[in-house]
Amino acid sequence: MSKKIATREAYGKTLARLGAVNPDIVVLDADLSKSTKTADFAAEFPDRFFDMGVAEQNMLGTAAGLAAAGKIPFASSFAVFATGRAFEQIRNSIAYPVLNVKIAASHAGISVGEDGASHQSVEDISLMRTLPNMTVIVPADAVETEKAVESAVEIKGPVYLRLGRLGLPVLFDENYRFEVGKAVTLREGSDVTIIACGLMTGQALEAADALGGEGISARVINMHTIKPIDRNVIIKAALETGAVVTAEEHSIIGGLGSAVAEVLVQSEPVPQEMVGVRDTFGESGPPAELLQKYGLTAGDIAAAAKRALGRKKEIK
Amino acid sequence: MDSSILQDLEVKACNMRQNIVRMLGEAGSGHPGGSLSAADIVAALFFKEMKLDPEKPDWPERDRFVLSKGHAAPVLYAALAEKGFFPLYELLTLRKTGSRLQGHPSMKHLPGVEMSTGSLGQGLSVANGMAIAGKLDKRNYRVYVLLGDGEIQEGQVWEAAMAAAHYKLDNLVAFLDHNGLQIDGPVSQVMSPEPVADKWRAFGWHVEEIDGHNMKEITDVLTRAREIKGKPVMVVARTVKGKGVSFMENQVGWHGNAPRAEQTDQALAELGGKADE
Ligand SMILES: Cc1ncc(C[n+]2csc(CCOP(=O)(O)OP(=O)(O)O)c2C)c(N)n1
Ligand SMILES: [Mg+2]
Repeated sequence: MSKKIATREAYGKTLARLGAVNPDIVVLDADLSKSTKTADFAAEFPDRFFDMGVAEQNMLGTAAGLAAAGKIPFASSFAVFATGRAFEQIRNSIAYPVLNVKIAASHAGISVGEDGASHQSVEDISLMRTLPNMTVIVPADAVETEKAVESAVEIKGPVYLRLGRLGLPVLFDENYRFEVGKAVTLREGSDVTIIACGLMTGQALEAADALGGEGISARVINMHTIKPIDRNVIIKAALETGAVVTAEEHSIIGGLGSAVAEVLVQSEPVPQEMVGVRDTFGESGPPAELLQKYGLTAGDIAAAAKRALGRKKEIK
Repeated sequence: MDSSILQDLEVKACNMRQNIVRMLGEAGSGHPGGSLSAADIVAALFFKEMKLDPEKPDWPERDRFVLSKGHAAPVLYAALAEKGFFPLYELLTLRKTGSRLQGHPSMKHLPGVEMSTGSLGQGLSVANGMAIAGKLDKRNYRVYVLLGDGEIQEGQVWEAAMAAAHYKLDNLVAFLDHNGLQIDGPVSQVMSPEPVADKWRAFGWHVEEIDGHNMKEITDVLTRAREIKGKPVMVVARTVKGKGVSFMENQVGWHGNAPRAEQTDQALAELGGKADE
């Protein structure tokens, strides 16, 4: 747990590595290759890298055409611009025709920090998961990112990969088993289940430690794939623990929390608390301070777990 | 060029116009104006210019046609059916539940459709991607794309215009169906794109201006386009919206209205065809 690595860094390295094995991989960026780390690929394979300038709509459309002609394009920008500016291009030119485009967007969430709200995407999971045919993956650390990028290449169809700017502790080792659509139970527990993704997965593990110290047994599930979501794991957790907390660095409207709630209300309704950004934009500040201010810490998750537990008792 | 070839193409275009009118009459909704204005260009592409094999719609070496102005779906369907991608009678399923002929073209529904379109302004970007892939793979196919003159008001078109010139996509030819009309009125009054040829030139394209209903000019420009190296080619084609049907020509109201039964009969009579052919 020494060195911290941002998921975007792992993305760039993995792309550059896979580029050597798979000649069909091409990469597009919209003047942010140093930030999204597609520059790593560009340095190795300049002929297969296309800087499209500050023009995200055209970038996603071009990626669609490359995919239609048999390439495996990865298109990168910041999450706000990739999914927001070009939403309708993604809908009509990529998701509807089921084209094999990988949208790998960095700088998701408020942990972007000082650049402020204009650059902090807290809506992208919601936007991408509403689209038919789209797979949505939110890796929690560098190892998971590497495996997610490898899997994205294997999937025949559009994939959204949500990446972050902030360095994160490495949670998993090389033996970590990653399968798209199969959530990973990181810790068993019987009183309450915490379902998290992205940087909140690390926070969830810390929260479970703290809760354990107070005699509360918390299960921790890393929901790396938001779509298709792992229904079985959610339902099992509801049946076995009777209370759920979701934790995401994203709006609680339309993100992981909503996706889990959609499963629960249609199967095994149990009390659910949502940790996430509460219908507001972010602001400038150091990432750690922002995570604190917006209620996205291990402490917030632990508090939410206790609220969920309290509601569970009321129901009984 | 042999004048019989031009005559054959004119016959194809006329058949396509008849089928456009027939399928829209049957569907009861859809877009005749912009389908008819593009019929000669699309006929020249499908029946002379492009390498296509209806038996192998996924043939990697085929030329690609992207109908960026997707509301003109009938002209594409008429060409595909005439070319043998599907039976002519299927044209009469246009816009009906379960049909492969969606209101706007869908590549997942119908073989021969290279890209799903309908949302204006997106096709040139996609065509660029296909052209870039062709160069990467050292394939000789060419990519053709048809844009509307209202459509080019979309900002994405100009992002794509810049990119096509930047990447020197000389395997790409765009046609502008310059019929002067969009939905709310004349393009010149709604939001003028003029001087349109100069704009494309300024974006780094080789630009040609032709009469979009003159088969010789269309085929000649396509031949010349093959000689242009290092630049994409834009053909600004002056056209008449609703071309070939007297009461539809240059009428804003015929952008998105299907003919009623008696109008369908009259249109087919003018085009020299019968309703039940
Ligand atoms: C993004 C988008 N906005 C609006 C429309 C609705 N629409 C369909 S056709 C059209 C006018 C197009 O005019 P033009 O490009 O000149 O087409 P043509 O005259 O060739 O039919 C509009 C606004 C659309 N299909 N896509
Ligand atoms: Mg027009």
